[in-house]
Amino acid sequence: MSLLTPDIGLLFWMLLSFLIVFGALAKFGFPIITGMVERRRQHFAEQFEAADKAAAKLASVEDDARKMLEQAEKRSAEMLSAAVADSQRIVDTARAKADSEAAARIEAAKNQIEIEKQKALGELRTTVAMLSVDVAEKVLRSKLDKGDADYLATLVDEAERNSAGGVKES
Amino acid sequence: MKWLRNILLTVAMLFGASLWGVCAAESAEGEDAAAEEKLDVVGLIFDHIGDSYSWHICTVKGHHVEVPLLCIVRTDEGEWHAFSSSHLAHGHSHKGLWIAPEGEQWEGKIVARNAEGEVYRPLDLSLTKNAAALMINSLLLVVIILGCARWYKRRNYDIRQVPRGFVGAVEMLVMSLEDDVIRPSVGKDYKRYSPYLLTAFFFIFVNNLMGLIPIFPAGANTTGNIAITLVMALATTFAVNVFGNKEYWKEILWPDVPVWMKFPIPLMPVIEMFGIISKPFALTIRLFANILAGHTVLIALSCLVFISVSMGTTMNIVMTIFSVLLSVFMLVLELLVAYIQAYVFTMLSAVFIGLSRKEHTPRTPTKSSEKDKLNNNQTNKNTTKLC
Repeated sequence: MSLLTPDIGLLFWMLLSFLIVFGALAKFGFPIITGMVERRRQHFAEQFEAADKAAAKLASVEDDARKMLEQAEKRSAEMLSAAVADSQRIVDTARAKADSEAAARIEAAKNQIEIEKQKALGELRTTVAMLSVDVAEKVLRSKLDKGDADYLATLVDEAERNSAGGVKES
Repeated sequence: MKWLRNILLTVAMLFGASLWGVCAAESAEGEDAAAEEKLDVVGLIFDHIGDSYSWHICTVKGHHVEVPLLCIVRTDEGEWHAFSSSHLAHGHSHKGLWIAPEGEQWEGKIVARNAEGEVYRPLDLSLTKNAAALMINSLLLVVIILGCARWYKRRNYDIRQVPRGFVGAVEMLVMSLEDDVIRPSVGKDYKRYSPYLLTAFFFIFVNNLMGLIPIFPAGANTTGNIAITLVMALATTFAVNVFGNKEYWKEILWPDVPVWMKFPIPLMPVIEMFGIISKPFALTIRLFANILAGHTVLIALSCLVFISVSMGTTMNIVMTIFSVLLSVFMLVLELLVAYIQAYVFTMLSAVFIGLSRKEHTPRTPTKSSEKDKLNNNQTNKNTTKLC
């Protein structure tokens, strides 16, 4: 029966020790532990949020970078093709110029050659004429006699007339 | 190699269980030597589960090895007496005070004789075995919890530092209670009640565990004493009824039932009033009976060794092995019970507090209130399962 009847003394000591324990733990014990865990949880939540934000930012930055890279590639391709076209044009114009210059030179050379040819031909003609005159002179000298003096006089006249006409013409 | 050490430690702890047997054996031998009487198992059990003025450790060759404790008594003449319990040993009387012998009224308690010559029970605030054990356990509990709190303080409350080991285990236990029991049961202002509920849990848990350690500074049957569980249950009742809100009192005094059930004969209010009384009663008895039963079974199993002595050597050996194995099993089971009973007490307290802080729910249940009910049902189901 004594098991089921609470003892006054023990009730008193139990109340006292429980109140002291409760006071100590409720003030300095449990709130600190739960508070720390609460703070840690909050910290983790914040960290996760920050990580999410950072990841999103990183993704957007990467996106930007990719876009920029693409743009740069596009531009460089454009520039390259433009340069190729330019160089082609330059080469073309240079070639055209060279062609025309060469043609002009050739033309000039041809003209020169023609002139030289004409000159050479002229000289040749004079030389041939001189030679034929010489030959004719020699042939005449060998064949000519006193009797031929009259004929010679007519020839001289003729030549005089020719040279006079030539002077008149020039 | 750590696991090997753990296993060895566990085995050593389990064999500690047989210490029950050793202690009991010595006292039994002493009694046998003194009186050649049959072993008084019931007396042995009641000696252990009851309270006493001195802390008996064992008996060596008829000589009691015990720690004397402080007796504080106020007689009806208004005198306070404080003396060591060793003055009262072996039926001696001291300053007109003595321990009532077996068979008399107030058996085993300090009594005195008044002017008319009648034996009466004076006001007895003695620091008995249970009271002393309670203080040792309280001190241990305070040291453990404040030590854990100090762990954070020493690190300047740096949230990047996470405790490991013992502090981590305590933190885990605290948070599992707060997250799984206190918050869902109490409701939105759980923070206000959580220190009390956690204190209740750890107080019971530490006392239960200390009761399972058989050697001196531990081993007292504190939570198996009705005075101790009664104080705890009254603390919960206090928390429930003093901080109960209007809704709680309305449910008791003017519940939602047809008027004839509450006027002119207050049928429902009377039933609800019984509820107020029965709740702490149930809390008291559940914890007390569970722990008391555990201690009783453990001692009874240890006593098997000494009971079977008269049955011959072979039987004695068989029973000894049987007794040790069963003691180990029971001790492990009691470890579980130590946790479960602390948990159940905390959870029921939290549920009762939660009911006293109930928000007003409209008659036509909205979705959220249905959900609340579902939660409540779940907690109730858990509660019944654990009881």
